[in-house]
Amino acid sequence: MSEPSLLKRWSGPAVLVLVVLAALYLVTVMYSVGQTLLAGIMLVIVALALWVYSSERTYAYRYLFPAIGAALIFVVFPMLYTIAIGFTNYSSKNLLEFSMAERYLLDEVHQAEGPTYAFTLHPDGQEFRLRLENAESGKAFLAGPLALIGDKTLELKAEPADKVSFTVGDPVTLKDLIARQKALKALLIVLPDGGKVRLTSLREFAPVEPLFKRNADGSLVNVSDGSVLKPNMTTGFFETASGEKVQPGFQVGVGTANFVRVFTDKKFQEPFVRIFVWTVIFAALTVLFATAVGMLLAVILNWDALQFKGVYRVMLFLPYAVPGFISILVFRGLFNQNSGEINLILSAIFGIKPAWFSDPFLAKVMLLVVNTWLGFPYMMLMCMGFIKAIPSDLYEASAVAGAGPITNFVTITLPLILKPLMPILISSFAFNFNNFVLITLLTGGRPDFLDTSVPAGTTDILVSYTYRMAFQDSGQQFGLAAAISTVIFLIVAAITMVQMRVTRVVEEEGR
Amino acid sequence: MAIVLDKSHRWRIVAAHVFLIALCVAVIFPFLMIISISLRPGNFATGSIIPEHISLEHWRFVLGLPYQAADGRLIEPDLPVLRWMYNSVKIASISALIGLTLSTTAAYAFARMKFHGKKSALTGLMLMQMFPAVLALVAIYAIFDRIGSAFPAFGIDTHAALLLAYSGGIALFIWTIKGYYETIPVEIEEAAKVDGATPWQAFRMVLLPMAVPILMVVFLQGFIGAIIEYPVASIILQQQDNLTMATGSQKFLYAQKYLWGDFAAAAILSGLPITVLFVLSQKWMISGLTAGGIKG
Repeated sequence: MSEPSLLKRWSGPAVLVLVVLAALYLVTVMYSVGQTLLAGIMLVIVALALWVYSSERTYAYRYLFPAIGAALIFVVFPMLYTIAIGFTNYSSKNLLEFSMAERYLLDEVHQAEGPTYAFTLHPDGQEFRLRLENAESGKAFLAGPLALIGDKTLELKAEPADKVSFTVGDPVTLKDLIARQKALKALLIVLPDGGKVRLTSLREFAPVEPLFKRNADGSLVNVSDGSVLKPNMTTGFFETASGEKVQPGFQVGVGTANFVRVFTDKKFQEPFVRIFVWTVIFAALTVLFATAVGMLLAVILNWDALQFKGVYRVMLFLPYAVPGFISILVFRGLFNQNSGEINLILSAIFGIKPAWFSDPFLAKVMLLVVNTWLGFPYMMLMCMGFIKAIPSDLYEASAVAGAGPITNFVTITLPLILKPLMPILISSFAFNFNNFVLITLLTGGRPDFLDTSVPAGTTDILVSYTYRMAFQDSGQQFGLAAAISTVIFLIVAAITMVQMRVTRVVEEEGR
Repeated sequence: MAIVLDKSHRWRIVAAHVFLIALCVAVIFPFLMIISISLRPGNFATGSIIPEHISLEHWRFVLGLPYQAADGRLIEPDLPVLRWMYNSVKIASISALIGLTLSTTAAYAFARMKFHGKKSALTGLMLMQMFPAVLALVAIYAIFDRIGSAFPAFGIDTHAALLLAYSGGIALFIWTIKGYYETIPVEIEEAAKVDGATPWQAFRMVLLPMAVPILMVVFLQGFIGAIIEYPVASIILQQQDNLTMATGSQKFLYAQKYLWGDFAAAAILSGLPITVLFVLSQKWMISGLTAGGIKG
């Protein structure tokens, strides 16, 4: 075998070096903006990439690196972040981080003692001068000239108006004044007698001070009445001496409090088992029905002797092409008990009008029918792809042996597509276990159980039940919801591991 | 096709046609309802399947053409539905391409190579999909907020950010393609290696052309997934001109006034690119079978 040319030998490493240099530049940009965590992560990724693509031992990993990297950053990391939220009290009442909540309180201002000044802004060439006049004493002061661009905080002195050689003309129009509001707000004017004033309205400067002062131990003292606010790291609020909570609240870690609540709170326990059982049944039956219909259609549409295959394929593919949320809403209209088309047809043929939405069993049937309608094109597509891999001489041989289509299917087709299909079945099960959209849009979980103290629906699955509990109960409790999501994830993962073990999906093929 | 045909062959073909036609009618029925809703005047969800009066007002609204409303006034469509359609198709194609690129190489490694951590990586990829994504949205917003402060082109309200967010959803693609690779006998690649090909060349020039059917299927899946995806897109995209069809259509559903007709027309529009792609991809899926020449 001839030696590869010099260019080919060095083009790979050259590209790698260029990419690494570009990535290092990105790292410096990120660091300079202040995102140290992100810069650190990027640095680790670059180091790993360099190792993987240059070391001989990591050849296999070169193929995996981009895919696994993307999956880790954009799927696994948000997942871990969300699990971490489950250990805090993050909710609509405790929304900010501690430093932000403190900053919010420290930014609050109140009007202090001292005279207020009427304010007008006058042009001075390209710049401006501020004129402050106290109505009571009649004294006027001038400050400037100022450019009034940007909003940088600026402290400047004002001189008595009669000492400054500047003829005051007409003030600027209101429009121009409003345009420069940001720059004016950032000014702190120091008067000759030592008083400091800020802009309080478009026509007034008044002495203004921050309302709170921060003590060394982290508590905030209210300057006007002397009361003290102490941050409470257990409840996530600043509290007065009497224990009253002050908005805004901040996030604090609550350890396993959320998880304990999930497992011991009576309100959760009651319908939990029933809903869990229905969730498993719903997911399993959906996968079964959709796969059965999809596989049947894939086999039929693979039949060479059948004409118009292409037309059938497109028509049967349509449920997958139309976005789910519109199809589900249309079905809600179709299954309407009195005016829906399905009941109109059923009453014309059989004379019955089933109560799809108010009978628990019929509601479940309706859910399965709709989900099969939504799911079978995907299964059909997958089976079509895998059936194409089966060599057709197998079918020739069985035809010579006199076997019929059922034997063909059971002994040739089914075993050969089941192995590649298995992971798809497992993940379809997991998807439908958490199929929040369908339940919420079609039945909303209803009809409700009649014997629970907390609203829970007979068609609710775990995800929709917890969503109802966490987001529609009392305030939006993200921390609690994250904890429940973690529990659901662990349950589904456990079921999946069992399925994978049983179907021996991950094992190496024997050679 | 088998050269030996059974006596009942003709009847079986007729039965198959009857069954398929019946199934198609049942399957198409809701779809016909959507079409008829979009052609009705006003915004009603129930009614006969062939509307008494046909009104093109919803289609004119969705296509951006001014029309006369029931009370005689001129309505100028204010929602850029065609622009949303363009955004959706653009994002979906690029996202499907990225997903395909990432997952074909990874699936090759899983199917053909031995390395440490293979089993755990595969299991991890499978389990990764189990997390209810409805709540990871907070984390995703936080991540792209940070990225956006360093690189505004990849931050919140950009299409690049959405593409990055979708690039992680490849676990199922990897499993699908891996399954397909494993049905192709490895002897052909081994023959190529005997002839002096590197693993990369064996992959690109031998295995990949034979895997075209499944690549088309995965591309189609990625495309559809990106077009109908709603939660992540609603978090990342904010300005009206940046929205996709899925997020934009929600603007038709005010709590007090569901604009069913416009919504139905928009939904049909969003189904069109997928259907067109599916029809086009039939050719590739079938040609992938005849190339390669080892199967029958």
